[in-house]
Amino acid sequence: MTTPRLELKGITKAFPDVVANSDVSLTVMPGETHAVLGENGAGKSTLMKVIYGSLMPDAGQILLNGQVMRIRNPKEARANGIGMVFQHFNLFDTMTVAENVWLGLARTSLEQVTASIVAKATEYGLDIDPRRAVHTLSVGERQRVEIIRALLTRPELLILDEPTSVLTPQAVEKLFLVLRKLASEGCSILYISHKLHEIRELCTACTVLRAGKVTGVCNPKEESNASLSRMMIGAEPPLLEHHECQAGSTTMVVRNLSLERDDQFGVDLQEINLSVCAGEIVGIAGVSGNGQKELLYALSGEDTRSPHGSIRIGEVDVSALDPGERRRMGLHFVPEERLGRGAVPTLSLAQNLLLTRTESISIPRCAGGWIRVKALANHAERLIDRFHIKAGGPNSVARSLSGGNLQKYIVAREIDANPKLLIVSQPTWGVDVGAAAQIRGEILRLRDEGCAVLVVSEELDELFEVCDRMYVIARGKLSPSIPIAEATVEKIGEWMSGLWDRSVPGEARHA
Amino acid sequence: MMDSYALLIAATLNAGTVLAIASLGLLINEKAGIVNLGAEGMMLCAAIAGFAAVVHTGSDTMGFLAGIAAGAFMAAIFGGLVIWLNTNQYATGLALTLFGSGFSAFAGIAYVQAQIPERPNFALPYLSDIPLVGPALFRQHPLVYLTVAFALVLIWFLYRTRSGLILRSVGESPESAHALGYAVRWIRMGAVVMGGALCGLAGAYLSIIYTPLWVEGMVAGKGWIALALTTFATWRPARVLLGAYLFGGVTMLQFHLQGVGVELPSQVLSMLPYLATIFVLALISRNPRWIRINIPAAMGKPFHPGS
Repeated sequence: MTTPRLELKGITKAFPDVVANSDVSLTVMPGETHAVLGENGAGKSTLMKVIYGSLMPDAGQILLNGQVMRIRNPKEARANGIGMVFQHFNLFDTMTVAENVWLGLARTSLEQVTASIVAKATEYGLDIDPRRAVHTLSVGERQRVEIIRALLTRPELLILDEPTSVLTPQAVEKLFLVLRKLASEGCSILYISHKLHEIRELCTACTVLRAGKVTGVCNPKEESNASLSRMMIGAEPPLLEHHECQAGSTTMVVRNLSLERDDQFGVDLQEINLSVCAGEIVGIAGVSGNGQKELLYALSGEDTRSPHGSIRIGEVDVSALDPGERRRMGLHFVPEERLGRGAVPTLSLAQNLLLTRTESISIPRCAGGWIRVKALANHAERLIDRFHIKAGGPNSVARSLSGGNLQKYIVAREIDANPKLLIVSQPTWGVDVGAAAQIRGEILRLRDEGCAVLVVSEELDELFEVCDRMYVIARGKLSPSIPIAEATVEKIGEWMSGLWDRSVPGEARHA
Repeated sequence: MMDSYALLIAATLNAGTVLAIASLGLLINEKAGIVNLGAEGMMLCAAIAGFAAVVHTGSDTMGFLAGIAAGAFMAAIFGGLVIWLNTNQYATGLALTLFGSGFSAFAGIAYVQAQIPERPNFALPYLSDIPLVGPALFRQHPLVYLTVAFALVLIWFLYRTRSGLILRSVGESPESAHALGYAVRWIRMGAVVMGGALCGLAGAYLSIIYTPLWVEGMVAGKGWIALALTTFATWRPARVLLGAYLFGGVTMLQFHLQGVGVELPSQVLSMLPYLATIFVLALISRNPRWIRINIPAAMGKPFHPGS
């Protein structure tokens, strides 16, 4: 019997208000790809930080190759052959790829580092130019930098924290190839995720966490999505009720919207044509950085440079209106950045309501109005109850909520306003299965009540699940729309590379 | 007439050096993510410490060392407060300036009338005899040349060495640097003390060489100008140097103009150095992309490891 590469025995870690890990044990064999599955807040990240030395456990043992270790900081972890790729990249934007990698390595010269990056990149098919500055890279490329940096420390155990949350389907495939090659060379991999199909495809062992405790150890290849999610959330994921779409009159029309980039690293929008009708959900698929951000800024009113007449809500030209004016016309918007754009991190949930809602302000409902504190708190309380948001109460600061719960709150805030048109960007990014299903359910319910919904997402599964019609955005151009019944993953994948002109020659007007 | 231009250039270099030393020091601690608004106070305390040391020992070297020590000591207190106790950088820096101006005035009472020995002639042999160029460039205190050399070394250090890269990484994203295993707080502490030491050197240069006497509040805003220079120079050492000499040059020019009796109110002339420096540096730093690449992203923000 071989010695396990990593063995955790009874790891317990408590924070002032929550026990993040309680008596967690886990065994990873050499060359094994081991999944740690759990919802957001189940304690996966805390456990990884304990292994990587960023946090010290309150109790329990860590054994590496059969030896009891005390890992006091990430440096010691790396010295002992543990590498980690974080979900939030630890990269320095203004420095080059090579400099970033160099900072993660023990003393060598920049020239040596550059050479070894090129060597690793070729060996694993991770295409990257070491001289480019990180801020010019796409998210997928940034992840490659992180992976190369981890690989160059020659890890025996590589930890990946939600590595696919930012990747396109194609990039995920590429990543899996790299990981399989690594495993075949004897490197153990700890793969943190809440995506069931990925774990079943990639991993050979799986430890499931729920509320800080191990709720199952299994071989994911022998399990079904349903049995895995039972272990993970204690129930099967709620099924979405999908009624027939009853599309009504057109709510928003975008006609020939072209917009030059505002930002050095942005994308020019080119002749975007788009329409959303009452009672339908329209999706926009695409790899991030293809103009989604620019389009959303133009639609929400944060960017008011759109040409006259290019954006209409009903019959009204809104292209010059600011977000507040568009909101008064019934357009509500959920941005992808929760903290900072969707919510103010340091303000309470109740106060965050005031960003887009004015019900709790006395007349006049503008800068001169008083805040009715009691009514505001009650309003927040109602949203927290109705959407089952896990929060201390209306006075908890936004930053203290988990990503999924804050997202639910922001979506709740906009849905509760009974919008005529709801635009949602990445509705379930980094949100766990239960909460994601709930958010999608609410969006569907809103549609059934006759609201027009536009969903921009990088997760194809999600778009296929909720949308009635879909567009694809690529390099600042928008494809013609396709009813969901006619769309396939292959076709949309092809369109994501900008190749719709070929498949629909009749509608090829985007020269 | 030509001779007076040579003297103007010589005075410019001399005046610019005070600003350049302090500003390069502040640049180092800002690159590590810490803004120290205590520059003025550190320079004042260093000026009196340096001056007093020269009065008592008669040695310029002792004076410079005393100034450096005073600046470094005050910066260490500042660093301990903002880095370990997480006090607000701006408020703590302002407090340091207020303390420094008060304390230096108090400690300096006994030295107001004090004299220090005649400065020796710093002329470089042979080179200083070249007509025009000699008096303009080669009759300076050694620190004037060392400052230029230091700026070059700093450029090499920041952009060509691993240590410089680590320093910049701490200023750009302390969280990431911490995750990679760097001792963020100690690196920041080192940078702050280095910044204080250089401000101290600048203060000592002011009271020992530039105007060899002690007057209460003699730094007269140079600490603030040095702080502003780092920003206007978009945190690039070469531009800091340029800005410092520009400021020194216009200051000297307006004295010259006042001397020859130009018909402008002297207040307007006194404004000139500030206006000219802001104008030129604003002009070269108006590219937002350039600023975004050079500004230490985490500057002024507190860092709590382990959160």
